[in-house]
Amino acid sequence: MKHLISARGLEATPTVAILDTAMDMVDVRTREVKKLPTLRGKTVANVFFEDSTRTRLSFEAAALALSADVTTFTTQGSSVSKGESLKDTLQTLEAMGADFIVLRHPHSGVASTVVNSGWVDAHIINAGDGTHEHPTQALLDAFTMRSRLRGENARGSNLAGISVVIVGDIFHSRVARSNALLLRTLGATVTLAAPQTLLPREIDSWGAAIVSTLDEAIDLQPDVVMTLRVQRERMTSGFFPSESEFTQLWGMNDSRLRRLPPTSIVMHPGPMNRGLEISGSVADSPQSTVTEQVANGVAVRMAVLYTLMGDSR
Amino acid sequence: MTILIRGASLMGEGATDILIDGDTIREVGTVKVSADRVIDAHGIIALPGLVDLHSHLREPGGEGSETILSGSRAAAAGGFTTVHTMANTSPVADTAELVELVAERGRHAGYVQVRPIGAVTRNLDGEQLADIGGMAHSSAAVTVFSDDGRCVGDPLLMRRALEYVSTFGGVIAQHAQDPRLTIDAVVNEGRVSSELGLRGWPSVAEESIIARDVLLAEYVGARLHVCHISTAGSVDVIRWAKKRGIAVTAEVTPHHLLLTDDCALTYDPVFKVNPPLRTADDVQQLRLAVADGTIDIVATDHAPHASSTKDCTWHDASFGMVGLESALSVVQHTLVDAGHITWPDVARILSVAPAAIGRVGGYGAPLAVGSKANITLVDPAHTANWDTSRLHGRSTNSPFIGTVLPGRVVSTIFNGTETVVDGFLVEPEIVRNA
Repeated sequence: MKHLISARGLEATPTVAILDTAMDMVDVRTREVKKLPTLRGKTVANVFFEDSTRTRLSFEAAALALSADVTTFTTQGSSVSKGESLKDTLQTLEAMGADFIVLRHPHSGVASTVVNSGWVDAHIINAGDGTHEHPTQALLDAFTMRSRLRGENARGSNLAGISVVIVGDIFHSRVARSNALLLRTLGATVTLAAPQTLLPREIDSWGAAIVSTLDEAIDLQPDVVMTLRVQRERMTSGFFPSESEFTQLWGMNDSRLRRLPPTSIVMHPGPMNRGLEISGSVADSPQSTVTEQVANGVAVRMAVLYTLMGDSR
Repeated sequence: MTILIRGASLMGEGATDILIDGDTIREVGTVKVSADRVIDAHGIIALPGLVDLHSHLREPGGEGSETILSGSRAAAAGGFTTVHTMANTSPVADTAELVELVAERGRHAGYVQVRPIGAVTRNLDGEQLADIGGMAHSSAAVTVFSDDGRCVGDPLLMRRALEYVSTFGGVIAQHAQDPRLTIDAVVNEGRVSSELGLRGWPSVAEESIIARDVLLAEYVGARLHVCHISTAGSVDVIRWAKKRGIAVTAEVTPHHLLLTDDCALTYDPVFKVNPPLRTADDVQQLRLAVADGTIDIVATDHAPHASSTKDCTWHDASFGMVGLESALSVVQHTLVDAGHITWPDVARILSVAPAAIGRVGGYGAPLAVGSKANITLVDPAHTANWDTSRLHGRSTNSPFIGTVLPGRVVSTIFNGTETVVDGFLVEPEIVRNA
């Protein structure tokens, strides 16, 4: 594996291997010397055409922990969103010595295009492309589920037998898309809970069950409830009528948390709209994994860089 | 100048000779006399010169991707002798002066008859009618009006346009795309758009406009032509309208007869086109609709784009594909070789019917004695890898590069002048001085 573009191409065995590597990286992070020399002399370029401080910092921390040099290119706006400029930007960064390009872009498919176009030779890691995918988020979510729910038995295991509900704005969510694909690959069962307006069409191939409301999903007694960030402007575009109705039907709150088994966890990729898709008290509850996901993100991204480093094909 | 075509299969049927004298077909049958030039056409099919009702020659304003000359050469190479060119140039073809300029440049190039299509609304803004009467009465004698690239979305304006254009015996060629249902849409809505996370272009956005427009056409008693229909549902609406006696005609592009939205799965922008590539079922229903006559014509929607607007991301890429050179091969592959239609049908859907919709003279009696000598000779047995050497315009955004397609145009004769000889384009100065 030279690039990480999509959860779609990931098979179970290498995915479990990445998660196991991430466990080792967690160990590294708890040592006195929190660094590995693996990427010494290599350069990781974070290229962010869309603002995401937390994802950028997570990749930076991961690269630094592997002793890589890090360069960061962030920009927004149309002047560099044209394809020619993207091509030029990436070729410029590669000419400056980038071995890895971590790419975040507001348009779906950009990471695929970069790989398929042959514009650059560097390893490409998709750090989120439009409403398409965010594969490292899915990996860190899988890692979080596995360590929370499997505990001591996590290493080497997939997610067979684990039931996951993904609730909210599936349509616009690259996190939901990557998770639905990766969770299925790892053997989990996935249920999507959303209004029809926020579900993509013809998603039979995702292999997920679909229910209307979060209450129906809670009835399934899932091991995981994954909430998603909702953009407030979706309201004005007719996807749902009001924040209060969304919260009432698809928001994760205390009463719904109480109806879950005590071992179940509640996830959110951040940044949260407290009080909209997730209540503040649920977010701060012991069953919430929100900060754990952030911590695991660094270890998982270290594991991804480490894994791609070993394969230049 | 006389040209004798020896032993050609007349529209795929019996072998015969065709004698051309000047710009006219003089004899068809066993020709005893000799001629200034003799073309051996045994095993070759003779078709009437092809007529494209829908192309973008980009001039004026888009000369970086195509010109009237380069597009005319692409057309001749594809077997065309008449092409209609859309109004979405810069400036827009919405005045008599501009359509006359386009027609004159076409005459000067000399490879094909270039028939300008006039804009329906001024600057394609969808607000005020363009100078329809002026264009109709100009020396370009415009008969087809279209805002192609954009839909005439306002129902009241569409009603007025249908009525006004019918005053001059013209026809509106509608780009059927509900603008509100297709905001930011870049790929067919369905399994593929959901997988790719790209904004979907739903079939209903096409079908609902067609349904509205056929009812408007019926109500005001006007002719309507629907551009590039792409969905099975559109076929149903057109079929219903025709059964009801509504004066509607419909076109399909070659690419919608062959390619599906699966092509988009790699985000290769060469497959980004509007309307988008649809599903395999849509493709099948479109083929059947050509076979049963619901769809009247195949038109290329030849849309050249400079490489910079295709060597980029899907989002940034322009919509469109070149198609003049490949149209006949794709028709042979998807319709003739697949058993849906025969060669006389090819003559109908690529020459007689588009000429009738555009009121183009000289195409009513294909390959008949006394007709204008517009003839295309195609070798149906030729099969080859489709590559850029087959393209003759300024742009190479063909979705068929790297695929195998049957058929090859070996000769194109435009008003008695050879524009393609033995599969090669004749040089511009020779054509111009002919």
